Amino acid sequence: MMVKQISVFLENKSGRLAAVTRVLGSNDIDISALSIADTTDFGILRLIVNDPDKAVRVLKEHGFTVRSTDVIAISVPDRPGGLASALDVLERESIGIEYTYAFVGKKADEALVILRLDNPEKAIETLKKNNIKVLSAEDVYNL
Amino acid sequence: MEYWNRIYECMPREELTRIQSERLIQTVKRVYHNVPHYREKMQKAGIEPGDIQSLDDLKKLPFTYKQDLRDTYPYGMFAVPLTEIVRIHASSGTTGKPTVVGYTRRDIDTWAEVTARTLVCAGANKDSVVQIAYGYGLFTGGLGIHYGAERIGASVIPISGGNTKRQIQIMKDFGSTILACTPSYALYMAEEMEAMGIKKEDLKLKAGVFGAEPWSEQMREEIERRLGVLAIDIYGLSEVIGPGVASECKFKCGMHIPEDHFIPEIIDPDTEEVLPPGSTGELVFTTITKEGLPLIRYRTRDISSLKYDICECGRTCVRMSKVTGRTDDMLIIRGVNVFPSQIESVLLEVGDTAPHYQLVVKRVDNLDVLEILVEINQSLFSDEVKKLETVEKKIRSAIESVLGISAKVTLVEPKTIERSEGKAKRVIDLRKI
Repeated sequence: MMVKQISVFLENKSGRLAAVTRVLGSNDIDISALSIADTTDFGILRLIVNDPDKAVRVLKEHGFTVRSTDVIAISVPDRPGGLASALDVLERESIGIEYTYAFVGKKADEALVILRLDNPEKAIETLKKNNIKVLSAEDVYNL
Repeated sequence: MEYWNRIYECMPREELTRIQSERLIQTVKRVYHNVPHYREKMQKAGIEPGDIQSLDDLKKLPFTYKQDLRDTYPYGMFAVPLTEIVRIHASSGTTGKPTVVGYTRRDIDTWAEVTARTLVCAGANKDSVVQIAYGYGLFTGGLGIHYGAERIGASVIPISGGNTKRQIQIMKDFGSTILACTPSYALYMAEEMEAMGIKKEDLKLKAGVFGAEPWSEQMREEIERRLGVLAIDIYGLSEVIGPGVASECKFKCGMHIPEDHFIPEIIDPDTEEVLPPGSTGELVFTTITKEGLPLIRYRTRDISSLKYDICECGRTCVRMSKVTGRTDDMLIIRGVNVFPSQIESVLLEVGDTAPHYQLVVKRVDNLDVLEILVEINQSLFSDEVKKLETVEKKIRSAIESVLGISAKVTLVEPKTIERSEGKAKRVIDLRKI
């Protein structure tokens, strides 16, 4: 159920994000989710793509600093309180969230959320036990 | 008092050359017989003391490097037994072994003589009250000026560096007339003074002898305006003797070198050829009166030039221009010597491999600001912002503890630091001095 997310180091200067997406595009890599965490001097670009291993390889070939991290993706009902119920489950089990971001799914009534957690195995088990839908890697890569 | 030692400071060049030749011959003989390291170097170069007959033969002698002092640490370059050494100073040793220098009683006397000339150049006399805010201790600044000030009969306030409010209070209450410190500290004092509500008219300051770091004409004007003093530039290095190696006079047109004690040369740092008068190159010193640690053609790594025309003040001795740079990659940042290799060892401790880096120095509001660009690599990178910020913080505090100065650390993308011929350019000095 682990989803491979790739992270890329970016300096805060114009054209860097475009350069990453250009490399991915010209190598037929499709981006399904994207988030940027930034500070004054640098940013970390986080991506979910259809072929993470290839993405890491081509980005490294182009001189980017890249790493791949295991994250999990969940689907929550697209209504008020939908995400809260999933996060409550994690809080009850004292599972810490390093960061999270939402992305667009194909169905109108569901919202998709990426979570980077300090204990992903336990999180998956807990979420499933509480009937929260955890997406498989294939599901996510093919979105 | 116009000169401290009119005979030597205003000596016709012909006579000076004769004295220099005599003293050089004696010095070469002495080091050959007393310092095995010099003897070996001279033998290797195929030189015997007898080959040195006059000043013209100076160029035949091999150079001495800072490394020679390190290789023979601590006392291997001393030309007299320790029983004759009455004082030991040393550099901080941040890039390796400290450079140790020893003075005999006569060397201390020589030192007092040359720093007395420096102070008199600034207009000091026996009525002066000299506040010495250079550091005392192993650093040569404080004690060097101290003995010179005592020699001319001035009243000395050996306050050393720091404790700025007290410095200013004492300057005002004791009526200090001469201030000796780094130029950036002088400016800092001016700021503090204004904050304390003390005006320059409340002080009796007349002049300042400022050195130990590079400074600009614009900075000089600012110090002169805010402190109401004549600000003169002085030069020295502990290997040669300390402060007193050179000093401007009130005409501010180059720093007079007491050539009856130190012979300067300007060489091309690459070909090692001696360059004609007026050329810019590396400054090299030979000491011809020192007993404890005589130096033969010491490579200072400082870039300067020499002017031999007679100064308006009447002194005939040669003048060196302000140091405009270094032939090695050393930087002087807020008075602290910084070598890229020090930064490199700090970076090695933080990551698995030393990342590429670059030092960028700027001068913002008269203060040097150091930024260290560090190329991110696989071992430093994390997908979490706080971990990357921890890396920056770790580098910053390690640098602060090694160098004693703060620096801004900026992580940059790989391969963004310019390489020339496969080697990174380590230092970008944007200071306009």
